[in-house]
Amino acid sequence: MAKNKKEHLIEKPDIASSLKEQRAREAKRAPKNRKHIILRLLKYLMRYKWYVFFALLLSIGSNLFALVGPMLSGYAIDAIEFGRGNVDFDTVVHYCILMIIFYGLSSAMSYGLAVLMLQITRKVVYSMRQDLFNRLMSLPVGYFDRNPSGDIISRFSYDVDTINTSLSSDLITLFSSAITVIVSLVMMIIISPKLVLIFVVTVPVTIVFTKKLTSYTRPLFRARSRKLGELNGFIEEMMTGQKTLKAYHQQPTTIEKFKAHNTDAVNAYYQADYMGSMVGPSVNLINNISLSLVTIFGAILYLGGSMTLGDISSFVLYSRKFSGPINESANIMSELQSALAAAERVFRLIDEAPEPEDSEHAMELKEVRGDVELNDVCFGYTAEREIIHDLSLKAPKGKTVAIVGPTGAGKTTLINLLMRFYDVDSGTITVDEKPIADLTRGSLRRAYAMVLQDTWLFHGTIYENISYGSDTATMEDVRRVAKAAHIHNYIMTLPDQYDTILSDDGTNISKGQKQLITIARAMLLDAHMLILDEATSNVDTRTEIQIQQAMLKLMEGKTCFVIAHRLSTIRNADQILVVKDGEIVEIGNHRELMTKKGFYSQLYYSQFQ
Amino acid sequence: MSCIFRYIKPYLGRMTVGLIVKVLATIAELLIPWALAYMVDDIIPMKSVKMILLWGCVMFLFAFLAWIGNIVANRMASRVARNTTERLRLDLFTKISYLSSRQAEGFTMPSLISRATTDTYNIHQMVGMMQRLGVRSPIMMLGGIGITMTLDVPLTLIMVCMLPFMGVLVYHISKKGIPLYTYVQEAIDRFVRQLREDITGVRVIKALSKVEYETEKFDKINEEVVNRDRHAGMIMNVLNPVMNFLLNVGMVLVILLGAWRVNEGLTEPGTIIAFMSYVTLILNAMLFMSRLFVMTSKATASGKRIEAVLDTPADLLVEEHDPIQTEDHIVFDHVTYSYEGSAPNVKDICFSLKKGETLGIIGATGSGKTTLINLLMRFYDVGKGAIYINGKDVRSYDPKELHTMFGAAFQNDVIFNDTIYENIRFGRNISKEEALEAAKYAQALEFIEEKGVDSVLAIKGANLSGGQKQRLLIARALAGKPEILILDDSSSALDYKTDAKLRQEINAHFADTTTIIIAQRISSIMGADKIIVMDEGEMIGYGTHEELMKTCSIYQEISQSQMGGEASGEE
Repeated sequence: MAKNKKEHLIEKPDIASSLKEQRAREAKRAPKNRKHIILRLLKYLMRYKWYVFFALLLSIGSNLFALVGPMLSGYAIDAIEFGRGNVDFDTVVHYCILMIIFYGLSSAMSYGLAVLMLQITRKVVYSMRQDLFNRLMSLPVGYFDRNPSGDIISRFSYDVDTINTSLSSDLITLFSSAITVIVSLVMMIIISPKLVLIFVVTVPVTIVFTKKLTSYTRPLFRARSRKLGELNGFIEEMMTGQKTLKAYHQQPTTIEKFKAHNTDAVNAYYQADYMGSMVGPSVNLINNISLSLVTIFGAILYLGGSMTLGDISSFVLYSRKFSGPINESANIMSELQSALAAAERVFRLIDEAPEPEDSEHAMELKEVRGDVELNDVCFGYTAEREIIHDLSLKAPKGKTVAIVGPTGAGKTTLINLLMRFYDVDSGTITVDEKPIADLTRGSLRRAYAMVLQDTWLFHGTIYENISYGSDTATMEDVRRVAKAAHIHNYIMTLPDQYDTILSDDGTNISKGQKQLITIARAMLLDAHMLILDEATSNVDTRTEIQIQQAMLKLMEGKTCFVIAHRLSTIRNADQILVVKDGEIVEIGNHRELMTKKGFYSQLYYSQFQ
Repeated sequence: MSCIFRYIKPYLGRMTVGLIVKVLATIAELLIPWALAYMVDDIIPMKSVKMILLWGCVMFLFAFLAWIGNIVANRMASRVARNTTERLRLDLFTKISYLSSRQAEGFTMPSLISRATTDTYNIHQMVGMMQRLGVRSPIMMLGGIGITMTLDVPLTLIMVCMLPFMGVLVYHISKKGIPLYTYVQEAIDRFVRQLREDITGVRVIKALSKVEYETEKFDKINEEVVNRDRHAGMIMNVLNPVMNFLLNVGMVLVILLGAWRVNEGLTEPGTIIAFMSYVTLILNAMLFMSRLFVMTSKATASGKRIEAVLDTPADLLVEEHDPIQTEDHIVFDHVTYSYEGSAPNVKDICFSLKKGETLGIIGATGSGKTTLINLLMRFYDVGKGAIYINGKDVRSYDPKELHTMFGAAFQNDVIFNDTIYENIRFGRNISKEEALEAAKYAQALEFIEEKGVDSVLAIKGANLSGGQKQRLLIARALAGKPEILILDDSSSALDYKTDAKLRQEINAHFADTTTIIIAQRISSIMGADKIIVMDEGEMIGYGTHEELMKTCSIYQEISQSQMGGEASGEE
């Protein structure tokens, strides 16, 4: 099912080519990739190097204090002389008190360590999400058309969490393991250099084996992260479509589809686990074998007279100490694997190409007059299909340019270009004679106010939603524009009036009301250019007439770009562009176009049929 | 949690087998040091290379058994975890799909999404980990205690008397942990909501240069999530060191008591030494177990959230209501409804439609037009009054039977990331020809053919214009040859010409279909058999275009504004 989808996607040239490129890039990078990812993760940690440093100190401290315990208990036991009445109670009690102190300290330190690690991971997770978000906000809008929001969210939540879990526990384990391994190795070499030779064989075997196995498991863990992302995407999409699914009684079919996604996701999880579950026991096996070998050869050496029994037993003790941490490290390998797979997805989003930087000499657009000009503009979303050919257009300050035409004729594309959501392929667009390519995007976009067909409101009060975009708006201002947009009366009927929280799936607010709120929002903006993309398409005509005054006031003195179907809205425009099949077929004002008796007049008359 | 166990139950058999294998593997592993001790103490002094090699082989054997056993057990555990999660998540999704609109709003969508995703992951992890770690550690602990018992009973007892303290500690901390992790999940809900908003609103955010503001907002919720998580972690992390400490205190007590007993001649110093090594074993086991407890509290918090959804009683059940005798297809009988339970959103609505008739509804934004559809399709139940289709109350229809009568295109309707054909077919039994025919009536054929009927649409139909989306949705509604067709403001983005053609086609090919059209444009509904004018939840006009032009002043006003002024305009 999911696979199917992929194949379909590839039919779309733009996505397909980028997907292919991505795959190819991935394949090329693959061997270096892991090191690269680990280095990047470490870089995140190194932002807090003092914390990390203290964490290391604490872990050494708590390990050492814990090691002092057995030593003290040894002393205490030494004071327990065999035989009735021979026990030196003073010494025993003395060491017992010391033990409690040291164990207490060790426990306190390990709690301190845990807290410190929590701080570090908290900071890492926080800054990782921050980086993700910053990049997300700087991505070109097209990215959001290609990637399901569920999948993006999954990177922020599931993937970052996975990294977090692994960082917080695995790193410390690895570090304290390293300490123990080194100490034990030294001790073993002191006892019997010959027996250590066994480890010269088994340790490399462990390493090679783990490496080999991880090369198998890596793609599996990657698939696991990806499948979960896909599942999230699916769930997200279906939940937004609840009402429709119900209306068509499509729950059963959706559940069938979900089943496929779900099975895919849990199977990917299982497969990663399946291979991953080999690592721990296998490394254990190698260690147990080496233990057996140590015993056998140790015994033979003993028979040859070059080793005492005591040596064998302490060597064995140390070898267990030595292999324990190696085991544990191997065990957390699978956790690390899934963390790396998750990190890869996180970094891929962070590495996504942002909107090109503003050019170095980019100027702030200030004191805007609002003269907009397009010269020979060509544009297509894909190289194969040009949507706008050689468009030239003048929209002087305060004039209104209307764009009409059948649906799907590429009207919204023009808006994308004006606001520089996309860059033109050739030609130039200027504002006040300055090419917009030389302006900062922020200042260019701030110069526009816009009301779009797809209204966007966020979870927050109505007041916040209306004043969004204006930093200085007071409650008075908000009321004023709400009245002008004829939404005030409605707001006053709500239980909390302007403090009513609009929830994202709120039902008692219709699309038309949403549009009125966004119109009120635009009225608060101090911009010299205005874009109205079907701004009133969901507002009933009576209300539209009522807000017409306000709309006219909104448009007053501003350079306006209006897309509308209701020809009444645009009759008074200074210039009307008639677009058909992506091309501008007619330009003129209403009167000129009507006398021409071309496509525009046809459109115009059709509304009375 | 009981609910989660219900999902594990079917796999109890397999789980038990897995656990037994795990126990055996663990025992084999524990036998290795025992064999080693035996070799050092008894075999090596025999000075027989043959015996040494033999016992060496015995150790190999145990090592292999432990290897195979552990792998098999781990895999079985993973399988149980997979199957449990698969079923749980499927049931959860199914349940969510069948929640009534009101119930779903109660949970809020982002929360439902994160319950179906993050919360089920937590369960998945826990079920797997429990089986893998949950066996080894208790065996180690019990085994350790058992062996010490054979060494010296009073010493063991004094060590064991630390266990109740630990029990109390574990109980309290994990009890505290559950609400803490619930609290974390709530923050995650809000985090997800914020993120979704920013993703869907990216155009507006950029256009208004609010990126910084949004970043700050995100920053806040991001911080809250990590802070809550840290807070929960701070509490849960107390467990480990304190348990460690308690056990070590137990060890000190053993030494003190041991010293006394040695002094009395009741035990030997060697026993105390042996005791020490076993205490270490027990300690390690306890550490692992405490890790399990942390995980369990987290999973329990998630389990409760999932349960809350699963345990929601079914809403909008089929109810017995008396049918009425009527010739009419659709009857609204004094219908009143309120979303909030206070001021009614629609009041005392009465009208009836014969089969094949067309109803137009017009009225101001927020006047309750869509509410009428929501009630007719039983997304909500009427407050007062009743709605009948073919004389039968909508509440007494089986939901499937009810909904298959409809073809509907809504205001905020969705387009799925799938092929155009799938978007029209929408899981129903509709052939490609039928889909294309519907597309033709919906005036969508041209762009569909241009794109290709099997081409995949972008998420939320982002590669379609507003008008294309609407026509595709109408095609979806028409494709099922519905008994009742609902077009809720679904042609607002169409130009007049297309809109007019669409209506002609519907009239020509769907003569038996009862149609309800909600529109802003009078031209879309003026041909309807009946027209309702809505204002603030009330019907202020009901009749044909001609009648309303005479009787309803608001209707006249609308008509005047849209038709009158312009028809006699420039020409």
